[in-house]
Amino acid sequence: MTTQALELFRSAPRYLTARAVGDKLPGLLSGPLAPVRFVNRKDAEPLGPGWARIRPLLSGICGSDLATIGGKSSFYFSPLVSLPFVPGHEVVGELLDDVDDLAQGTRIALQPSLSCLARGLDPCPNCAEGLTGRCDRVTTGHVSAGLQTGYCADTGGGWSKMFVAHRSQLHPVPEDLSDQKAVLIEPLSCAVHTALRANVDPNATVVVIGAGTVGILTLLALKELTKAGSIAVVAKHARQREWAGAFGATEIVEPKEATNAVRRETRAMKLKPERGAPFLLGGADVAIDCVGSRSSLNLALRITRAGGRVVVSGIPTEGADLTPLWFRELELVGAYTGGYETLKQGRTTEKRHSFDLATQIAQQNPIEDIVGAVYPLRRWREALDHALGAGKLGTLKVAFDPRLD
Amino acid sequence: MARPGFVLEVDERTPPLLIHEGEGFRLQKFPLGARVIYPPDSLPRLKGVRNHIRHALEHPHDSEPLTELLKPGMKLTIAIDDISIPLPPMRSPDIRQLVLEEVIELAARKGVDDVKLYMANSLHRRMTASEIKHAVGERVFRSFYPKDLKNHDAEDPDNLAYVGKTDKGEEVEINKRAMESDLLVYVNINLVAMDGGHKSVPVGLASYRSVKHHHNVHTMLHSKSYMDPRPGHSAIHDSCKRMGDLLKANGLKVFTIETTLNNDTFPDPFGFMNKREWEWSLLEQGTYLAAKKANDLGPSSAKHQIWTRIQSPYGVTGINAGETEAVHERTLARLHEQQLVEVNGQSDVMVVGIPYLTPYNVNSILNPILVHCMGLGYLFNMYRNKPVVRPGGAMIMFHPVPNEFHQVHHPSYVDFFEEVLAETTDPSTIESKFEERYATDPWYIHLYRKSHAYHGVHPFYMWYWGAHGLDYLGDVIVVGGDPKTCERLGYRSASSFRDALEMAGETVGRSPSISYLHVPPLAIADVR
Repeated sequence: MTTQALELFRSAPRYLTARAVGDKLPGLLSGPLAPVRFVNRKDAEPLGPGWARIRPLLSGICGSDLATIGGKSSFYFSPLVSLPFVPGHEVVGELLDDVDDLAQGTRIALQPSLSCLARGLDPCPNCAEGLTGRCDRVTTGHVSAGLQTGYCADTGGGWSKMFVAHRSQLHPVPEDLSDQKAVLIEPLSCAVHTALRANVDPNATVVVIGAGTVGILTLLALKELTKAGSIAVVAKHARQREWAGAFGATEIVEPKEATNAVRRETRAMKLKPERGAPFLLGGADVAIDCVGSRSSLNLALRITRAGGRVVVSGIPTEGADLTPLWFRELELVGAYTGGYETLKQGRTTEKRHSFDLATQIAQQNPIEDIVGAVYPLRRWREALDHALGAGKLGTLKVAFDPRLD
Repeated sequence: MARPGFVLEVDERTPPLLIHEGEGFRLQKFPLGARVIYPPDSLPRLKGVRNHIRHALEHPHDSEPLTELLKPGMKLTIAIDDISIPLPPMRSPDIRQLVLEEVIELAARKGVDDVKLYMANSLHRRMTASEIKHAVGERVFRSFYPKDLKNHDAEDPDNLAYVGKTDKGEEVEINKRAMESDLLVYVNINLVAMDGGHKSVPVGLASYRSVKHHHNVHTMLHSKSYMDPRPGHSAIHDSCKRMGDLLKANGLKVFTIETTLNNDTFPDPFGFMNKREWEWSLLEQGTYLAAKKANDLGPSSAKHQIWTRIQSPYGVTGINAGETEAVHERTLARLHEQQLVEVNGQSDVMVVGIPYLTPYNVNSILNPILVHCMGLGYLFNMYRNKPVVRPGGAMIMFHPVPNEFHQVHHPSYVDFFEEVLAETTDPSTIESKFEERYATDPWYIHLYRKSHAYHGVHPFYMWYWGAHGLDYLGDVIVVGGDPKTCERLGYRSASSFRDALEMAGETVGRSPSISYLHVPPLAIADVR
């Protein structure tokens, strides 16, 4: 049996051309340069005990997917994936098989990490602590290399009509949670993880750089899980600024105004080097880069106070000038994906999975409109086009709905 | 004898009239019946200015002659009006230079060794060495700069003296050296009736702590006319007078020297701008056409360079010295002779062209907040008795209002535009919510003291100057203004004068009465 799916395949010419001109001609990335094809792929088979088949209901297009398609991802990832693979790791789906305690037909959100448990291995130290995002065994075991579902040749991915997943990846979705909200649980769990990795002190000044899905959900998570004094959001596009305002940003600024705005807020000193962007002496307590570009990371490093923290949440695609990291003695913190999080409340601590926290936040907040456009798989070129221009088009999240095919 | 100012009523024979619009100008046709307020012709300049200065110093008003006030071993401080006047800067020798040379020579002759000079820049930007040199002249500059000739520093706690409070609770804090001197000589150029008098020392040498008591929304809204410093007419002048009185009561001896200039504002080849259009010679008409074409086609940077290099061939019309109030009374009389124009009744619409220069963008950029200050703050308020325009009327300004700022001179203006005006244009809200934060921001203070930036609070004052206009007018329309920038300022923009009048029709009706204040050269409308 075969399944319709979008498959990302190895093509050096396409990859190199996309990397060279994709920024200037994004239309090519969803057109002739796309290293993606719509195929009838052999059904993915459960890879062992605890594995089950999933029928995706909605599957989001993530910034990391676009970076991969556009040839922007670092070569660092090359041993962590196995080609060809079906992208799609932000998934709400339906179980096609009974698996352990979950019955066929259960609606689930996918926690995409392919960690020790899924690979039939004894837990590595990180997995033993519940930090599956930090799993050291993502290239071994009985599953091909793949840091997540959506980057592994064996499992399939969300951009298809069917894929397989391990019980450890499955989180049942409450009945009252719509598919539109449930598909955001995975990115929201990343945002939860980011907000907690930011380790925000009460009344701290926080700057979120970027107001795409990651930025807006990070803003939401910060509002829900921290006692930040102010949260400024750096948003490039008008609709993003509206979203940031709707989700409670204390200040919303355009990128070119960000340094001035943080300076005003924190009464810092601003200096202008002979070349390059200005920087602050003083500045925000925490800056969270939800974009991952050179300019966004540079901005984060240049507006954070001495001893402050810079969190890299957007997948970093380019290097930045690390001089401020050294001179201002900044903490540079990565935030990749969720797992079991430690919540501090006074003197007590509590461990909760980021998916549970994300589900709770999704239930309590009006986030369903974040999914602004849904496409069938066969309209994948338009979907990618839309996702590549989402900011300008005023859309946050574009998703596939394979039921429409 | 120079012809007085007059009000022209536009008829079929009236040619298109010159109107300034930033670093540009145009000839604009006005509707029949519109009134045009022209300043008086330029008064004749004094001949032998040095002799007049000497005479003023030897025959002061309500004071002993300066020679008798100067004693060996005394502490003498001389304060000098800063770069904000005159506009455009005066062609060398600047009148301040001539006055200073006489005063300093006299002091030297009397054996006064301890002499310090301060540019009375208040919260304005520090003047550069070359700007100071132009104002005070080569000799004085070489003798005193930089050790004994400095910019006043309103944020230097070690060099400020707190004097006390007026009976209205206004704190008075001024330059310490000036306060501790045996004599303070203040050298002024009185460009408009708002300047001079007690507005010199209590503003020019003061700190923010002191200036905030008269530069605020309350004083701006509770003044009948900023151009009328008589008691009870202008709250800002009343406050300055109280401060001046307190300084006097605390032993500060001030010898004021005030000067007035005529209306020879533009040098050749722009001399036609000083004249009434129908009196332009053929050569001047040709010059207009050539200048207009070159100006319109030239690159903006070159245009900016040409305009900022203009120096006025002003003639000196009066020099008075002595006790502050006695001097200022005579200064104002001379100033009125040059600028006052009697106007009968108010109009529905007031039209002004915003020129390229205001007090706060000399050698700089006329940013949108300064356009607001110049239009609604200064030109709207160029009246005595009552405004040129009726309450609820419309003001039409000509200016492109580009979103441009000088990053060195106006850093807090950039933030004011981006942060404050994005939230509100209401002066009272702006004052209560933002002023303190900007005024005490350490970065702005640093730039004010060490760079050449206006004080952090300065854009607020620019906005407050327009508070009366904002409160009084029903509509503000800018012909040729950048729509986005105008919107941020709370204005509407129109692409042509005809469109602006159409738009104003919503406020003042279809056949409004119109008055065009034809400046520069400057005129004050004495509205009856």
